[in-house]
Amino acid sequence: MKKSPVPLLQNGLRADGRAPDQMREINIAVGVVSNADGSAMVSYGLTTAVAAVYGPREAHPRHLALPDRGIMRVRYHMAPFSTKDERKSPTPSRREIEISKVLREALEPAVVLEQYPRSRIDVFIEILQADGSTRVASLTAASLALADAGIYMRDLVVGVSVGLVENTVVLDLNGLEDQYGEGDLPVGYMPNLKRFTLLQLDGAWSREKFLEAIGLAVKGAEYVYQKARDALKNRYMSIAEEIHGR
Amino acid sequence: MYFVTPRQLIFPGDVVATADSKVEGPVYLDNGRYRSLVVGLVEFRDDGVVIVPLEGVYRPKKGDLVVGYVTDVLATGWEVDLRSFMPAYLPVSEALHKHVDLETTPLTTFLNIGDVVVAKVKDVDLTDEYPIILTLKEERVGKVESGTVVEIAPVKVPRVIGKKGSMLNTLMELGCDIVVGQNGRVWARCKDPRDEVFLASLIKKIEVESHVMGLTDRVKAEIENYKKTKQQAAV
Repeated sequence: MKKSPVPLLQNGLRADGRAPDQMREINIAVGVVSNADGSAMVSYGLTTAVAAVYGPREAHPRHLALPDRGIMRVRYHMAPFSTKDERKSPTPSRREIEISKVLREALEPAVVLEQYPRSRIDVFIEILQADGSTRVASLTAASLALADAGIYMRDLVVGVSVGLVENTVVLDLNGLEDQYGEGDLPVGYMPNLKRFTLLQLDGAWSREKFLEAIGLAVKGAEYVYQKARDALKNRYMSIAEEIHGR
Repeated sequence: MYFVTPRQLIFPGDVVATADSKVEGPVYLDNGRYRSLVVGLVEFRDDGVVIVPLEGVYRPKKGDLVVGYVTDVLATGWEVDLRSFMPAYLPVSEALHKHVDLETTPLTTFLNIGDVVVAKVKDVDLTDEYPIILTLKEERVGKVESGTVVEIAPVKVPRVIGKKGSMLNTLMELGCDIVVGQNGRVWARCKDPRDEVFLASLIKKIEVESHVMGLTDRVKAEIENYKKTKQQAAV
């Protein structure tokens, strides 16, 4: 494996100055795409994802529709200008198609698809800037967009990543740590129900490190969840006041 | 036991109450507790708690008054678009009072594609191929022959009706027939077609400014103003 150009961990601090259990700065805005039924933009540090939800609407092509529940389609895509060094080809890559499927399966436990028989929900996710942890930022953005569209959900799904850097468990990997770290563990978590909807892992982990990582992921997810609630609150305060007036 | 306070903003997954409480609206049961399915507002009523969603497409309920467009003519009825995520079905038996022989009478003599109907939701069953069944055998429903249809967001419908119908009564001062469909379509017919254009702009205004205080008074003022200028123009 190639060595990192800068030390990833020095005096207990990471390359960008964070403590191992610290998230990057999180920015969340809900309702950013006015054409969509629901939308959200989520940033974890430099990583920025926009999600737009359309539907529920009638399923086309019709043969895809299911009689007892709705179908959900998820498209994860990185903008050609989102990467640092080389321009990313705009054609969906093998990796993007795979992440689209993984995200759909991470969202499906939360969405009550049985309430939307014969219909379809489309989720489009665009990465505007990539600096590690794009799939978990996408997951948070997509679940907020679904909630903004008024689609029935059992809980919000919050994504965070944990990684292994010089045998230390770190929260919210950036691009550098993603590239040169020893392990990567993206997690999707429903904070109210305390259940996981996404768990991927690469690298070699000991049992202890894995359990430590899961604990840290839950802590990080709860932090992000509070930010997500605040963002939704901001968006709906005005609408709430309107119904007060009724 | 309730875990919420009146007029509180609530998010998916939040606990509303224990299973023995009375809760209405989009909630689900999980381990003996009601949890919310949507971003919504908590309302306390005499007989329990209601979760009012703040966003979303129209979800038909039995007994709703709706305004629909006929999109297809089938063998024994019509397919009607209600702006929901599923199509509605209006069977012949619910549309006509007298018996007709379907072998000799084409259905298009009664309703054709593109026609507008004001209808009641007779039943909702998600397992049916057409989950929404409509009926025209009620008061104040039927095929629409003239007038204007204005579309607004379904969640804003209560605002167009107003507290105990106050906003609707204000709009009625124009002397028009108005039907507010629960699916976010408002049908209006006035004696003077120009009034309909004005009314449509008013309804759009209510939708956009629904959160600004004193809306009913401003709408009232606009109607007075409109009437006055119209009278002057007549003289």
